[in-house]
Amino acid sequence: MTKTSSILKVAFRAMGRNKLRSLLTALGIIIGVACVVATIGIGEGARIQTESQLRSLGTNFLMVFPGTVTSSGARSGWGSNSKLSEEDVVAIRNEVPTAAYVSASIRTVAQVVYGNQNWSTSIQGGEVDWPLIRSWNVAQGQFFTDADNRAAAKVCVLGQTVATTLFGSDDPVGQTIRIKNIPFKVVGVLEAKGGSMMGQDQDDTVIAPYETVRKKIMGTTAVGMIMVAVSSEDLVQRTQDDITALLRQRHRINRAAGQEDDFMIRSQTEMLQHADEQANTMKVLLWSIAGVSLLVGGIGIMNIMLVSVTERTREIGVRMAIGARGGDIRAQFLVEAVVLAVFGGLVGIALGIGIQSLVAKYAHWPTSVPPTAVALAFLFSALVGVTFGFYPALKASRLDPIEALRYE
Amino acid sequence: MDEPVILIEDLHRVYTMGETEVRALDGVSLSIGRGEFVAVMGPSGSGKSTFMNIVGCLDRPTSGRYVLEGVDVSSLDRDARALIRNDKIGFVFQNFNLLPRTSALENVELPLLYSRKHRLSDAGQLERARAALGHVGLAERWDHTPAQLSGGQQQRVAIARALVNEPTILLADEPTGNLDSRTSDEVMEIFQKLNDEGRTVILITHEPDIAEYARRVISFRDGRLVGDVPVGQRRVAGRLAAPAPVAPGPGPRAPEVHP
Ligand SMILES: Nc1ncnc2c1ncn2[C@@H]1O[C@H](COP(=O)(O)OP(=O)(O)OP(=O)(O)O)[C@@H](O)[C@H]1O
Ligand SMILES: [Mg+2]
Repeated sequence: MTKTSSILKVAFRAMGRNKLRSLLTALGIIIGVACVVATIGIGEGARIQTESQLRSLGTNFLMVFPGTVTSSGARSGWGSNSKLSEEDVVAIRNEVPTAAYVSASIRTVAQVVYGNQNWSTSIQGGEVDWPLIRSWNVAQGQFFTDADNRAAAKVCVLGQTVATTLFGSDDPVGQTIRIKNIPFKVVGVLEAKGGSMMGQDQDDTVIAPYETVRKKIMGTTAVGMIMVAVSSEDLVQRTQDDITALLRQRHRINRAAGQEDDFMIRSQTEMLQHADEQANTMKVLLWSIAGVSLLVGGIGIMNIMLVSVTERTREIGVRMAIGARGGDIRAQFLVEAVVLAVFGGLVGIALGIGIQSLVAKYAHWPTSVPPTAVALAFLFSALVGVTFGFYPALKASRLDPIEALRYE
Repeated sequence: MDEPVILIEDLHRVYTMGETEVRALDGVSLSIGRGEFVAVMGPSGSGKSTFMNIVGCLDRPTSGRYVLEGVDVSSLDRDARALIRNDKIGFVFQNFNLLPRTSALENVELPLLYSRKHRLSDAGQLERARAALGHVGLAERWDHTPAQLSGGQQQRVAIARALVNEPTILLADEPTGNLDSRTSDEVMEIFQKLNDEGRTVILITHEPDIAEYARRVISFRDGRLVGDVPVGQRRVAGRLAAPAPVAPGPGPRAPEVHP
């Protein structure tokens, strides 16, 4: 066999002789790998973020939703005749001793106005234990009281984003804002939660007493959701079972007769699992896209290599005339394909990391590129080079030297 | 060293194209000794290039025997012929066939990259290529690409490339076909010099005055050898007098410096 260093020399010189062609050959791989790295980085970042957000809620956290879950897992009956009532909330609070904190919860989106500032945000109604359940404290002023809730007082607590949007650096506590044109007195500002959940800014919210939001803003009787903090982590399952039994009894659901629950309890663990499942679906999707773009990149390489073999017929003839064997020619073209693919892979990785850090910076989207993804992208591009470089290389090596020399 | 370098017996090469058969070589027998300078002549289509391709191990005869330096090479496979070409044959083509956008030095180095005889270091390869370029008087132009060289200079680079592996025979198929007569003379001067140093040279030409630079002229017609005569008055290159008719070309060039 001809010396490896000679084959490399030959291949690198041939690539250097036509840099534009080399770049074009690698372009498909560059774009493919950049796509892979960027999308996976962004997807992975979102997954990690969601998970850590969910974890930060604590593992002893339960949410009770109205609605049924069909056997396929889809939710139905949402908000129709299956409702959670305020009596359900009271019942849980009084009859489930392991439920340390319970809060009815309701949520809507509305315009908030202060002076000439105008902002559309999420309005959450909660009860007095809300900060304890969410482990989210008030930074300025204070949270509203139980009396405020019972009286449906028009008071509210602002998330950091809303506070700075409406008030800039001024102190909002004691000021009056309008939510859906109703004046609300600001009694406190929540501490910044930072980060975002599924790309949403958690601080972009206003918390008001549950009764106020239900009656004055939404005009409904239904409880949106019940939040429960369990006294300790190992009691989560028992609490879930107790609430289930209680609500079945209260809603007169006979499981034995085949009736479905008209509520659904999600524990933190289940939510984490759910988020993981979603992330996995996302991952499969991203990797499929990645695979297709690498395939397209590979076909690009093959395409240009084939053209290049035809274009370089004379060169191949000369090489054969001076003693290159078929194997030498094949090795040269294969090395060219692999080097271009790997080069494309490296540039693609750099580009992908660049794109995702831009996204991280300007879209405030958390990103994270797992090293395995980088390694895989690199490996795949080399593999693509070998796979799609092989046929053109074989074709080149089988040329007849006399005909190749005569080729115009 | 009486053994001939090339010994050919009853060589046939038949191209079959559908119904028709072309007998490009039709029973050629010939022997060429070490250090000979042979010109191959004959009308177009008489089989000169076919003969050269077989002698150069680019092609195989349909029948007959071809013994190169005592080894029967008439039935070797592709890879074995590639080895022989790298080792024993130096080709010079009418259209130079240098790699474009590649320096003269790298063009000359090329056969060394495929060599199994000379397993040289990178530096050794370059040094050898440089020496070969010096041999054809182009040491200073080592970094020029073919586009930056005149036709005659390109052909000299091609000769250096043919030389670099120290082949047994130099084969040239109409090496002066694309050159004017002054440049042709420069190129023939190099062939004569190489021949004087003991190399075997076989050269195809259409032009009788080019054939006069050789020592022996063989002629083909319809695939057969019809003439084999020594050159009586050998023409010596480098003495082309000023009155020689110069074909329209790039104009007079400063004479090249030969080391
Ligand atoms: N690949 C081929 N297929 C079919 N016929 C061929 C092939 N190569 C050469 N021939 C035929 O063989 C004969 C000899 O061709 P060759 O090229 O050896 O002639 P030549 O003497 O070199 O001519 P020229 O002086 O024009 O170069 C011609 O009739 C040619 O048409
Ligand atoms: Mg010919």
